[in-house]
Amino acid sequence: MIEFFVKPATPETVWIVIVLTGIVTYITRSGGYVLLSRFKNLHPRLEAALEAVPGAVLITLVLPSVLENGPLEVTAMAAALVASLRLSPIGVLAVGMFIVVVGRMIGF
Amino acid sequence: MNSLSDSQFFEGLKDCLPIMFAVSFFGMLFGATGVSNGLTLGQTLLSSASVFAGASQFVFLDLYNQQVPVWSVLLAVFAVNFRHVLYSASIGRFMGAFSTLAKYFGFFLLSDPSFAAGERRAETRTLAPSYYFGFAASLYPVWLLSTLVGGLSGNLIAEPEAFGMDMLLSLYFLALLMGFRSRPNWLTTVLASGFVAILVFKTFGSPWHIMVGGLAGVVVAAAIGKPGGSKEADSD
Repeated sequence: MIEFFVKPATPETVWIVIVLTGIVTYITRSGGYVLLSRFKNLHPRLEAALEAVPGAVLITLVLPSVLENGPLEVTAMAAALVASLRLSPIGVLAVGMFIVVVGRMIGF
Repeated sequence: MNSLSDSQFFEGLKDCLPIMFAVSFFGMLFGATGVSNGLTLGQTLLSSASVFAGASQFVFLDLYNQQVPVWSVLLAVFAVNFRHVLYSASIGRFMGAFSTLAKYFGFFLLSDPSFAAGERRAETRTLAPSYYFGFAASLYPVWLLSTLVGGLSGNLIAEPEAFGMDMLLSLYFLALLMGFRSRPNWLTTVLASGFVAILVFKTFGSPWHIMVGGLAGVVVAAAIGKPGGSKEADSD
């Protein structure tokens, strides 16, 4: 049993690992709720922390594309940032994708 | 109270349409990458069906190929998906209209877009299960089907970069991020989280920046949040 976990998966056992990754994922997806549902009333500071979750997490998903790419991608992200002040998410996507695709077509 | 006959299901579905496009590209990419990296088509589909979280499925593929021990594959998947702990803690507050079964089924489908959609919805009205499932459950078959198409056709998209596919999700997440900018202390939280995420990204690398950066952001939000003052009461 322990041997299974300390060794790499083989083509024969990889399906077990796949199912386990699914289980690990489900634990994260339900875990926060399960932990908090023990409390009847949430402390205002905890409430403030939860209100901040979308901003705090989404920025971490955005950053690598800016840090790992060149000026074209950074320009596209900056333009999308400005566009997001006025446009819907679809509009933001359109602006950013337009810059990336056209920029790469002309060889950036 | 049949949630499927409720018109809010179609509202959720409609709001989901733009992200379906992005998700299907990533599904195809995962399908193609999976079968060209030593998984069978069935195993590739099993990953999409049981995990339903693109980033962590790619991490799994990568580590499986590097012949990393199983425990560290699972730890990496946990690290990539840790953000969902925060998601379910937050969106759980708005699931008052969900039955217990619907709640726990809903968590299975709790992806980044569905979390953001649910949170946005809950800012203006009660989050109805029909709306949530109209959005979240629509993505699931798209993810499976696109994995299948990608797996069957191999490298369907010869050069995904030429079409900007590598930037699609980042742009979408940026749009989602900006959609929450009217929330209290949003900018401070984002700056704190972003600062820590960059530090961790540069030192320990991906995926730890998501977990540590995200946690830093919510800790700062808790520290500067006014105790006792209800934010919902005086916001619009």
